[in-house]
Amino acid sequence: MKNGTAPLAVENLTVAYRKKPVVRGVTFEAAEGELIGIIGPNGAGKSTLIKAILGLVPSLEGDVRIYGRPYGQQRKRVGYVPQRESVDWDFPTHALDVVTMGRYGHLGMFKRPGKQEKEIALDCLDKVGMAGFANRQISQLSGGQQQRVFLARALAQDAELYFMDEPFAGVDAATEKAIITLLGELKRQGKTVLVVHHDLATVADYFDSVLLINGEKIAYGPTASTFTPELLHRTYGGKLAFGIPVPAAFSAAKGG
Amino acid sequence: MWEMLNDPNLRWILMGSILLGFGNGIVGTFSYLRKESLLGDVLAHAALPGICIAFMLSGVKSVGLFLVGAAAAALAAAALTNLISRRSRIKPDAAMGIVLSVFFAIGIVLLTRIQHGSYGNQSGLDKFLFGQAASMTMGDVYVLGGTALGMSLICGLLFKEFKLVSFDPAFGRGLGFKVTALEYALLTLVTVVVVTGIQAVGVVLVAALLITPSVAARYWTDRLAAMTVLSGAFGAASGAAGAWISSGVNQLPTGPISVLAATGLFLLSVLFGPKRGILSKLLLRRQAKRDWISKQLAKAGAGAPATQAGTANPAGERGASL
Amino acid sequence: MSGFWIVLTGALVASCCAILGCFLILRRMALIGDAISHAVLPGIAIAFLMSGTRDSIFMLLGAAAFGFIAVFLIEMFRSGGVQSDASIGVVFTALFAVGVVLISLNARNIDLDLDCVLFGEIAYVQWSTLEIGGADLGPKAVWLLGFTLVVILLVISLFYKQFKLTSFDPALAAALGIPVALFHYALMGLVSMASVSSFESVGAILVVGLLIIPPAAAYLLTDRLGPMLVISVAVGIVSSIAGYAAAVALDASIAGCMVCAAGVLFAAAFLLSPKHGLLALRRARSRAAA
Repeated sequence: MKNGTAPLAVENLTVAYRKKPVVRGVTFEAAEGELIGIIGPNGAGKSTLIKAILGLVPSLEGDVRIYGRPYGQQRKRVGYVPQRESVDWDFPTHALDVVTMGRYGHLGMFKRPGKQEKEIALDCLDKVGMAGFANRQISQLSGGQQQRVFLARALAQDAELYFMDEPFAGVDAATEKAIITLLGELKRQGKTVLVVHHDLATVADYFDSVLLINGEKIAYGPTASTFTPELLHRTYGGKLAFGIPVPAAFSAAKGG
Repeated sequence: MWEMLNDPNLRWILMGSILLGFGNGIVGTFSYLRKESLLGDVLAHAALPGICIAFMLSGVKSVGLFLVGAAAAALAAAALTNLISRRSRIKPDAAMGIVLSVFFAIGIVLLTRIQHGSYGNQSGLDKFLFGQAASMTMGDVYVLGGTALGMSLICGLLFKEFKLVSFDPAFGRGLGFKVTALEYALLTLVTVVVVTGIQAVGVVLVAALLITPSVAARYWTDRLAAMTVLSGAFGAASGAAGAWISSGVNQLPTGPISVLAATGLFLLSVLFGPKRGILSKLLLRRQAKRDWISKQLAKAGAGAPATQAGTANPAGERGASL
Repeated sequence: MSGFWIVLTGALVASCCAILGCFLILRRMALIGDAISHAVLPGIAIAFLMSGTRDSIFMLLGAAAFGFIAVFLIEMFRSGGVQSDASIGVVFTALFAVGVVLISLNARNIDLDLDCVLFGEIAYVQWSTLEIGGADLGPKAVWLLGFTLVVILLVISLFYKQFKLTSFDPALAAALGIPVALFHYALMGLVSMASVSSFESVGAILVVGLLIIPPAAAYLLTDRLGPMLVISVAVGIVSSIAGYAAAVALDASIAGCMVCAAGVLFAAAFLLSPKHGLLALRRARSRAAA
């Protein structure tokens, strides 16, 4: 299992805000080419886990390896889609420019994005069905369209391992479809994707594996064997109201 | 310096400054909780053109008229700030910066017009920039002290309502309170205390009497009533220190001294406040560290797998370095 | 000739501030700019007292140091649980008060009065000229501001994409390995530098006007960062020319008039901007209702 070249190996990761630990001793290893859902109730530390892996919040202890090496040495192999609310959409820029930002990591310190970067960006916008909006000011896009711009930007990063923080939150049907197509495409290319996800009803359809967390890791493994009523019950601590029969019936507990 | 207290005039000035500081501190508590601390700064700077226009229109130096002019200008500034941040993509912080600097610039333009012009009785207006408690007359002190007292009274009477609109306006609306009216009342109070404070502390720094004492008070208590009173007391002490020291030293405007006194109280609070203060946090952290280490040791001792015992130690050390 | 130097000085101040201000308002840090421009005062006063001269190098160093101290303290109190606006308010009023006290107590030793602190002495800029080898090279302030502008242009254009990304999406910037904190402090350092270079000409409080108003007007007129920077500088320069003309006509503070002129331009943008103006928005709304 531990062959050192897994896309992502997290060991005993603990993160604390102020004094309270929000992520406690999480250990897991992502397998190449898998779509992995990170599932848990609000405040379970899902986003924090991702941010700690990417070094955006300091971790108290633990070790993160990306393809066997620390994240700092592997930035170009990692793509990140933050939550949509994390930026100011009134920023004076247009969709294409936002996507071009995904190329910044590949440019050097001083180099400006040029024609080549623009072409890559346009291509990525096209993949999420947004090519027609390239010159649109970003505040004039709908929430779903903004999400797709963010996905296109992650594509432009041309990474092997992706982290997406709630890409499905509050998006329209067209965007949801676009994201699913995109995830499938990434999987076909052998990329590994970790997605923070809220909608329990769709977990079984979207993901190969799930990581159930509620502060600490509850379970991690293939969706079929891990996304079970008992483990979910432990994850949500009884917050899922009724009987928890089969995962397919979970749509009523959306966002739980 | 104590003999100053024997001078009846100075005693009045001291009294006025204390009351002003008290009123500012009390109202400032609600500004702080509503996250509107810097609004006071905007209102204060914006008062300057009001004072100048009142002087240009009337040609006399009358504190009453100045207060009216200042309050009118400050309220206009508040309305404009609101208009800009609500009706355009400009964010509230930029809107405040715009209104503050434009109003102050208008004030400066008018002030230099007055200084260069033929207004005769020109001296004294620039005292409003940094405040000059010593230039207060007995009449002023009556007016200012009365206002401050009135403010404190209103805060006392509407305490429950102000608490609600500071903490959860939406809930207050649900309960049937006239939240908008209360918000305007609070804005008016802030305007009045800032404007009355100008003569003692000056337009440039008076907002500090609104902000600093309430932040300092927050370090000592988690209860709003206690925080309000404490903030008032800190404000009063700062105002007193400003008036007292500046009347004894030539060339020293009152405002900066009052602000430094308030800052001193703030620093003491940061250091020694229970629970939130630096000292008590250090103690708490040391305690937490000790707990963490003993827990890790217990874990290791309980025959945990070798790998876990191996990580327990560095964890303890890292915990210690925090 | 005197008018030329005053307008040139004003235009240089406005350009420095207009560029940096764009990034400040996009990062929602307009009031941090306000705080820095106040907080540099004790640095200037101490530099005066220690060096005994109005030498720009000392002033720059002293002011920059206090600019950083202010930013650091604000951040420290904020992370300690004080609300961010209150933290700004406490820190800059305290530092500004220290500066005012230092200047008042040493009025005889410091060739700088409180009026200058508030609204500068742009009219006197031309009298203090730079002389090298007997040759009169023009006002010192112009050289200092010119130098500052060159530094700002250099830093911003070299690291344009980093400044842009750290302003728009700091999380992604950090994930890409861009040192977000470094660029934050670089921006703060430039703002401190601009504040102190502008200080003699327009004073501490009116610097804020030139830092915030032209960028805010530009923000209402365009949806691209590049043009926003250009428009912001243009608004700043027009303000300084119009402000000077108004000041001559009214016989009033030049710096004050420059900020008022900027205010008028902002008001025009606020009302009339074709896309984001009040009238355009109102028209769009009534059309949507119809």
